[in-house]
Amino acid sequence: MENMFHMQTLLIIAAGAVATYLTRVGGYVFITRMKRIPPRAEAALNAVPAAVLTTLVAPAAVTGGWDVSITMAVAFLVGLRLALLPMLAVGWVVVMLLRHVIG
Amino acid sequence: MTPDTKEEIRDAFRRGIAVAIAASPFAVLFGAVSIDNGLTVAEATLMSATLYAGASQLVGVELFNHHVAPWLVVLSIFAVNFRHVLYSAAIAPHIRHLTFWQKATSLFLLTDPQFAETERRADAGIRVSYIWLMVLGFSVYVPWLCLTVVGGLLGNLIGDPRAIGIDVLLPVYFMGLVLGFRKRANWLPVVLASGVGSVLAMHFVGSPWHVSLGALAGVAVAALLPLDKESAAPVGDVAEGEA
Repeated sequence: MENMFHMQTLLIIAAGAVATYLTRVGGYVFITRMKRIPPRAEAALNAVPAAVLTTLVAPAAVTGGWDVSITMAVAFLVGLRLALLPMLAVGWVVVMLLRHVIG
Repeated sequence: MTPDTKEEIRDAFRRGIAVAIAASPFAVLFGAVSIDNGLTVAEATLMSATLYAGASQLVGVELFNHHVAPWLVVLSIFAVNFRHVLYSAAIAPHIRHLTFWQKATSLFLLTDPQFAETERRADAGIRVSYIWLMVLGFSVYVPWLCLTVVGGLLGNLIGDPRAIGIDVLLPVYFMGLVLGFRKRANWLPVVLASGVGSVLAMHFVGSPWHVSLGALAGVAVAALLPLDKESAAPVGDVAEGEA
């Protein structure tokens, strides 16, 4: 048991689970109590997913090395046309080619 | 069991399995990345069972490896999951007829596809029942857990993630999610602000602050840009659409 779980990790997971559940019930609780959200607050909320997720992409694409940058550029073009899974597959194939065939 | 209930269960199960198949690479990926970042298979599975939110699990596990302060890991998970606030607000009119505990339990299973399927069913004019929500949710939840274990066991066998190219899967996956939001108002300025902001913050402040600072830049741009007329519609009307 001691090797399966670490105390700090368990606490982070528990807190993360509570935080996640709050986001799942929060909107319902909020909206059923209020009539109107300020438009600017709504615009800001609306931008949250793209804003957060972009920060996980841009630094990797810029500082991850030329193979990662090329892969991300190709995956970007593919992603404009295709769904998430084909995009992942293409990205994986490109990086493997760059590293093992060309690089 | 009435024929209607049977039909509901069949419909929910069929849709749930389709979602589970599409999500399966991410469950395996999460399991493998967790091990790579120092979690045990048991911890990864617990995380899948209690958070049950793929993107945030991957973000959280990525930060575990960077010796980031625990509160910041939790805050990052919260930030990535914040979109659920909007989901549960949007489906409020469709689930109002449920009891308190039915709402409390079915909302635990609220994910991007669960939200999308619920909206679609309500759009089609079909009442969203508790059994339909739970069957849909659990036919995604159970495979998600099982495949996390599979990924974790595979992860123990994986040596250098770079050599087999799994290190690029996460950034590509997140980029795909970002592209998925590209129909939204002010998407391009938000993405540009977050992108430039996060790269600058990475350079001048360092990881993991690039996440919060970059996100702040994007959200601030969205709040300050001129509003389009449609997004200013009163939300209360939507919530009261089906009383």
